[in-house]
Amino acid sequence: MSAPEIPLNSHPLYNPEPEPVLEPGHTYASVTDKISSIVLTRPLGIGWLAGFTLAFSIVMMLFACLAWLITKGVGIWGINIPIGWGFAIVNFVWWIGIGHAGTLISAILYLLNQKWRTSINRFAEAMTLFAVACAGLFPLIHTGRPWMAYYMFPYPSTMGIWPQFRSPLIWDVFAVSTYGTVSLLFWYVGLLPDLATLRDRAKQKWQQYIFGMLSMGWRGSAHHWHRYQSAYLLLAGLATPLVLSVHTVVSFDFSVAIVPGWHTTIFPPYFVAGAIYSGFAMVLTLCIPLRKAYKLEGFITMRHLDTMAKVMLATGEIVAYGYFIEFFMAYYSGNKFDVFLAEQRLHGPYSHFYFALIFCNILTPQLLWFKSVRRNVPLLFVMSLIINTGMWLERFVIVVISLTRDFMPSAWGRYSATFWDYGTFVGTLGLFTMLIFLFVRGLPAIAISEMRELVHQESHGKEGHV
Amino acid sequence: MLDVSSLTGDMSDHADDHELRILQGNTGQEGEHHHDEHGEEEPVDTTVREHALDLATVREKLRDKSGKQYWRTLEELAGNPHFDELLHREFPRHASEWDDAVDRRGFLKLMGASLALAGMAGCGMPDEKNIVPYVKQPDGMVLGRPRFYATAMPFVGDAIGVLVESHEGRPTKLEGNPDHPSSMGASSAIVQASILNLYDPDRSQTTRFAGEIQTWSSFLEAAQGLAAAAKSQNGAGFRILSGTIVSPTLGSQIKKLLTLFPEAKWHQWEPASGDGSREGAKLAFGRYVNTVLVPGKANVILSLDSDFLASAPGHIAYAKQFSRRRKLDSPSDTMSRLYVAEPTPTVTGSSADHRLPVRASDIELLARALAGKVGAGPAATLPAETEKWLSTVAQELQNERGASLVVAGEQQPAAVHALAHAINAALGNVGTTLYYTDPVETEPESNLESLRQLCADMGAGKVETLVILGGNPAYNAPHDFDFLEKLKKVHSSVHLSPYFDETSAYCNWHIPESHFLETWSDARAYDGTASIIQPLISPLYYTKSAHDVIAAFSDKPGVAPYDLVRGYWTDAMGHSEAAVEAGWKKWLNDGVIPNTKFPAITMTSKWSASSLPAFQAALAGQIEFIFRPDPAVYDGRFANNGWLQELPKPLTKITWDNAALVSPKYAEKMELEHKVMARGGEHGQVRSRVLDIELNSSKVTAASWTLPGQQEDTIVLPLGYGRTRAGYTGTDKGFNAYVVRTSNALWVATNGKVTSTDEGYSLACTQYHFNMEGRQLLSSASLAEYKKNPGFAHEGVEAPPKDDSLYQEFSYPGYAWGMAIDLNKCNGCSACVVACQSENNIPVVGKDQVMRGREMHWIRVDRYYAHAESKTNDPSTYNPSLDNPETFFQPVPCMQCENAPCEQVCPVGATVHSAEGLNDMVYNRCIGTRYCSNNCPYKVRRFNFLRFQDWETPQLKLMRNPEVTVRSRGVMEKCTYCVQRINNVRIDAEKQNRPIRDGEIVTACESACPSEAIVFGNANDPNSRVAKLKAQQRNYSILSELNARPRTTYLAAVRNTNTDLVKE
Amino acid sequence: MAQIFHRSANYLARFSLLGAAVFAGVALTAVLVVARSPYITNQNVTRDQPIQFSHKHHAGDDGIDCRYCHTAVETSAYAGIPPTKTCMNCHSVLFNNVGYLEPVRESYRTDQSIHWVKVHRLADYVYFNHSIHINKGIGCSSCHGAVNQMPLMFQASPLNMQWCLDCHRNPEKNLRPKDQVFNMDWRAPANQDEIGHRLAVENKIRTTAELTSCSTCHR
Repeated sequence: MSAPEIPLNSHPLYNPEPEPVLEPGHTYASVTDKISSIVLTRPLGIGWLAGFTLAFSIVMMLFACLAWLITKGVGIWGINIPIGWGFAIVNFVWWIGIGHAGTLISAILYLLNQKWRTSINRFAEAMTLFAVACAGLFPLIHTGRPWMAYYMFPYPSTMGIWPQFRSPLIWDVFAVSTYGTVSLLFWYVGLLPDLATLRDRAKQKWQQYIFGMLSMGWRGSAHHWHRYQSAYLLLAGLATPLVLSVHTVVSFDFSVAIVPGWHTTIFPPYFVAGAIYSGFAMVLTLCIPLRKAYKLEGFITMRHLDTMAKVMLATGEIVAYGYFIEFFMAYYSGNKFDVFLAEQRLHGPYSHFYFALIFCNILTPQLLWFKSVRRNVPLLFVMSLIINTGMWLERFVIVVISLTRDFMPSAWGRYSATFWDYGTFVGTLGLFTMLIFLFVRGLPAIAISEMRELVHQESHGKEGHV
Repeated sequence: MLDVSSLTGDMSDHADDHELRILQGNTGQEGEHHHDEHGEEEPVDTTVREHALDLATVREKLRDKSGKQYWRTLEELAGNPHFDELLHREFPRHASEWDDAVDRRGFLKLMGASLALAGMAGCGMPDEKNIVPYVKQPDGMVLGRPRFYATAMPFVGDAIGVLVESHEGRPTKLEGNPDHPSSMGASSAIVQASILNLYDPDRSQTTRFAGEIQTWSSFLEAAQGLAAAAKSQNGAGFRILSGTIVSPTLGSQIKKLLTLFPEAKWHQWEPASGDGSREGAKLAFGRYVNTVLVPGKANVILSLDSDFLASAPGHIAYAKQFSRRRKLDSPSDTMSRLYVAEPTPTVTGSSADHRLPVRASDIELLARALAGKVGAGPAATLPAETEKWLSTVAQELQNERGASLVVAGEQQPAAVHALAHAINAALGNVGTTLYYTDPVETEPESNLESLRQLCADMGAGKVETLVILGGNPAYNAPHDFDFLEKLKKVHSSVHLSPYFDETSAYCNWHIPESHFLETWSDARAYDGTASIIQPLISPLYYTKSAHDVIAAFSDKPGVAPYDLVRGYWTDAMGHSEAAVEAGWKKWLNDGVIPNTKFPAITMTSKWSASSLPAFQAALAGQIEFIFRPDPAVYDGRFANNGWLQELPKPLTKITWDNAALVSPKYAEKMELEHKVMARGGEHGQVRSRVLDIELNSSKVTAASWTLPGQQEDTIVLPLGYGRTRAGYTGTDKGFNAYVVRTSNALWVATNGKVTSTDEGYSLACTQYHFNMEGRQLLSSASLAEYKKNPGFAHEGVEAPPKDDSLYQEFSYPGYAWGMAIDLNKCNGCSACVVACQSENNIPVVGKDQVMRGREMHWIRVDRYYAHAESKTNDPSTYNPSLDNPETFFQPVPCMQCENAPCEQVCPVGATVHSAEGLNDMVYNRCIGTRYCSNNCPYKVRRFNFLRFQDWETPQLKLMRNPEVTVRSRGVMEKCTYCVQRINNVRIDAEKQNRPIRDGEIVTACESACPSEAIVFGNANDPNSRVAKLKAQQRNYSILSELNARPRTTYLAAVRNTNTDLVKE
Repeated sequence: MAQIFHRSANYLARFSLLGAAVFAGVALTAVLVVARSPYITNQNVTRDQPIQFSHKHHAGDDGIDCRYCHTAVETSAYAGIPPTKTCMNCHSVLFNNVGYLEPVRESYRTDQSIHWVKVHRLADYVYFNHSIHINKGIGCSSCHGAVNQMPLMFQASPLNMQWCLDCHRNPEKNLRPKDQVFNMDWRAPANQDEIGHRLAVENKIRTTAELTSCSTCHR
């Protein structure tokens, strides 16, 4: 089988010692067995069933919330004038952010030839897709007339008019849908060889059929592998700019507007960094229980956790810089509206949100400077949760607080979410979890073929060193 | 702070419902009491329950019936004992069960499905898919072109001339009548809203006896019976109770009736307009006279607790004249000066150049002292700072002899009015800035004494028959009169009223009253000018006018009001039918009868101020309760009017409630804090302390509200709320101040006890934040400063260069619509808000939605306290700058920005720049992302968060302006300078192949504004009024640093301050 | 292990990829086409009326001017549907006893309106004004088609926004001399472009920017 041609030991980041990205002693067979068994042979555990049932019931609640929303209108939420955007947009940005890690890991790290990505890229990508699915829901349902949302697409309508292309929301439509499509393709292409493996190892006929269909006649010939490699590389190249573009465009929703607290140029980089930050936090949140539940410590080693922690630390610092710059620019520019808002963040009715945000996103991650913390799996898990919360708070601070104190004091108001706001948010969490549950049992959560490559390289690597 | 209080998710806040009940105080008891009473009146026969009617049966019977047929069927039904039970089950008692406009649907479906709809069927509602042409089209009617008819709205001692816009026979909008003295083309919030009363589905629709539906004919018989009985004993025991009557015809009818029944008596009661002016005149001149002000001629005006710009007869005309004296075209112009001494801030007080908070009871002392200073009476000593203020004022009044004016307030006692007369006489103002005429009302008398006597007679069982023409004494009579109890002693009572209200429930006969747009009548304006009131639409229901009711008891029952009015004027015109015939059409066309204005009469004072008894000043620190009509619902008669209920009150900005208004000092003393709630916040929901008020041996529970500028020891109890049978909209809103109002303390009460409970009550306040946070929103200066620096409005703002935008400039070869609002003239009366609501089909959303910050008004009036250095921005945390702050109002419609932030962010192009510079709002294209609203620096956009618009009620469909789209759920809406009016005028102009003339297009807000503060026109035409205003140095735009370049600009406010009074 | 798929499955797989793309394209086109079809626009659909009124007979054969019945067309937004009285002006003497006119006579007798079925229906949020179009030289037939050839009335134009804008974006195509406005048989002459531009100037037709401002039709 072919592998990228770069001599592995020459790569600065490549360091099989002291610990490998793959537990020693694995063979092609063992890898394949271990991973495919989760899908094919392993019986449904009580834990999985319980978890799935819970998630499923939450999804049902989501549907209830949506049904009520469509019946009554967005008025069932806490939004008002001046706070026209509430939870819906906060959640949208949050989910999109989470959706970043996947493609980043699988595409960018692939191009950078980071071996350690191999064992986590598969479900990181899955996570991306599911997160984007959840995110995509919100821009649609937050409109007053969702059934008219197709006005946003440029098509030759009988009205003889087009969408308004100066609006960042239109850019969003393209950015998000493109990102979703490419991520899906990328993920699916990556799956092909494994689907074939599953097809071949499946016992039941129906499994053979399904996986057979999905694997689209993959036979693993050298010819196939060659096409596969180039296609994968190509998609990786395609996906890479998108990782950066999506959240940049999302940040335009705010930075293009004139609202104090939105209208700032730091947003694109700081949104992207924030996205990766939360993305990795979410990957940790998912893979720590996963490796425990399915005994995958062998594939998802401490090395992975450690590296991801480092990435979080780095992006966390960028985000911190973003917060600082917001304040700095407010006072440096002397814009009285920005200054007022900055003070509102500290002293206004929502200040506790801001301080909570600082705690979650800036103070907590500083612990990651310590190796001992990065290696402490339970602690890491807790921190990943805290950071996820923090990133949600960040979006709340940006969307809501800015709107509560804009230009006309006479029109200032406040926002408080209703049951339906919470219901919809929790509902999407449920949807996300449910999809993850289905994924880990329905498809190989770790890329078998790539792991086998790894087995191959690991052994070669060792020889090379001797 | 997030809260999940609404876990139920429904739109009504249960906490509030709870407190709403608390707020009812002992009116609640009244309510229950009434229910028992009603039970006695009509025992329900349980044995035949199973035959009881239900709506289905009624609908069955009424199917395919329309108009007359429908009513005939109804007469049959009326015989059925269960029918009224059904009515009660289906309508009146349902009223209070819904507290949320959005839930009104269910109720109205019910109504529409039964009586209302069947009744409406008479008016023929065409199926949308069909075209239903006339069989014989009325002459002169052009389908699709509205027609305007002149008529007049009678209102407490005045009649306001209006032009009614009528679409295919449906009145849809009221405008002021330029030819009418008390309108001069403008109107007021109440006038604008009165059209909603016409279409109010809660109006009483049928005659009833003991609550049972009856026919008019059966009432006629009964009335004749009663008349005969009365005649037999010479009318003894026959009583009429009416409000102030300005209809000459009705007046003469009653007088005729009284000649038939020599011993019968006619009583009058107006709860909210004082006897002071009447009795004051009588005191001063020995007879009743009517005082007409000419503020336009006054250089200096002193108002002694008079809100002459916003209430009392003639206020619209007064506001017009006054504002014309506040017009500043250049620094060289002069301006009149207004001093106001008042206990609680009013619209007039807020536009004063110098305002002095004074106890209501001390106003008399002030008047005496002033009289002393101008030589109209003995001197009186004042507290030091008041002394300085008054002597300055007195000095100035004297400097302006003959061009000064002293006005006494409606709620002030006779003495103050008498003193005012004396002072004006001494200042030689009589004949220039004011003059006297014969009374406008048919029969002036002290309302209080009149009602006292009636109640006494009723108590003594002397009253056989009581005919109540309008009014609601059971609700608004002083509680010590115990009107209800005494009413029960009356053998037979007849109540004419537009609603089946508190009083109707206790009268034997209830006659539904026609709206003034449904009947023939006439009325005199504040200066005596008479107008014919002509019907614009045949009565929607089986309603009658006061003329019919009085006629029913006369020797000529069943005479049509038209004939009565014609008859009266034939007599008035020297019994010449020809004269009337000749004038009639013109009278109707102009809306006024020429030469009916009362001539000025010269009065000689028969009284000297020295004859006044010694003045007892109230003890310092003693709390004084004063009663005032509510700025929106007045004395309660408009309680069921959604537009007025949702209209933010000029100073408090509270909607849907009244509150006990207290001063900041008092609030601090009693620790009456306000709490801004998370839901809605400053723009919606503020929670205040609930007070238990014991006063005049009665008790009421009221929400408190701290009002900056209020006199320290004064508590205002606004009248008109706490209705128990107002109808769906008005029932159980606020607290009923009449409960603690007694005849001996009608306007000012002391010796009350206030205890602050630990309960809170959520008030729907649309603007809580009162200071400008140092932003360039509303700029003001003193006249001196203005003369020194005419461009003061532009100080300290760097407006970016015009081309400082990435987008290319628009060019306007044709028209460029613009608006200029003169803050020097605006007095905050809010007529524009309701006018806009009426013109643009703007829905009412209900208290709960207002508390969530979702009210829909396209134009709002912001209220700011200049120089109020309050960091907390909370009036209930004390701060001296709020004791008597300079108050300014700023109407804020859509600014129609040149570089509109909203346009750039709409994804679907639902809000776009028009070729004439409007920000068009295309409802049918909007998908409701609300991005435009977020990006609107002026927050003038309104969103249909739920389905606010009422699509079911057939009556309301008739009311809508067919020229404006009715917006549905989920779309953004906003002001577009009444683009429908622009288009219609432009089309006509183009057809005549000429340019649009300046002033030809008048926006709804502009035409309603009594003080001519709003001017709309073509900014491209240098000779247009708006262009001239925009050329002034006072002209500035809000937040110009944003470079949005609004088309709506403002002219900075200038206060003509007296340097002697400016404290360093 | 037995083959679960025949070799042809591979071709099927490839074909299905292609098929999906084609299907998507076709479906989208279908939607766009249907939206413009009479099925949606009601173009050319005749409707049953309480009285089989023939414009062909009245306007065409008898040559009655449009304005005899549609009196308000020059002055109001609505052209106006004639009151029964207008029918009776003639039909009290002509055909005054034929059965199919009974509904007219009945309406006149009982004072109950005739319920005609709407043929030209614009959405409630569209504010079309007949008078200005007539006054600017847009003929009846430009929108209503050759009414004088219609035994039964039908909607000759799609009446969708696209169609409105086509004319508002360049009105010259349809401008005609004012004396031709009510001429049902007017056809655009060969030199319409040049005539149209001349008329646009003469009749002071507003600029395209003005004519296509949203508030021109929506408010």
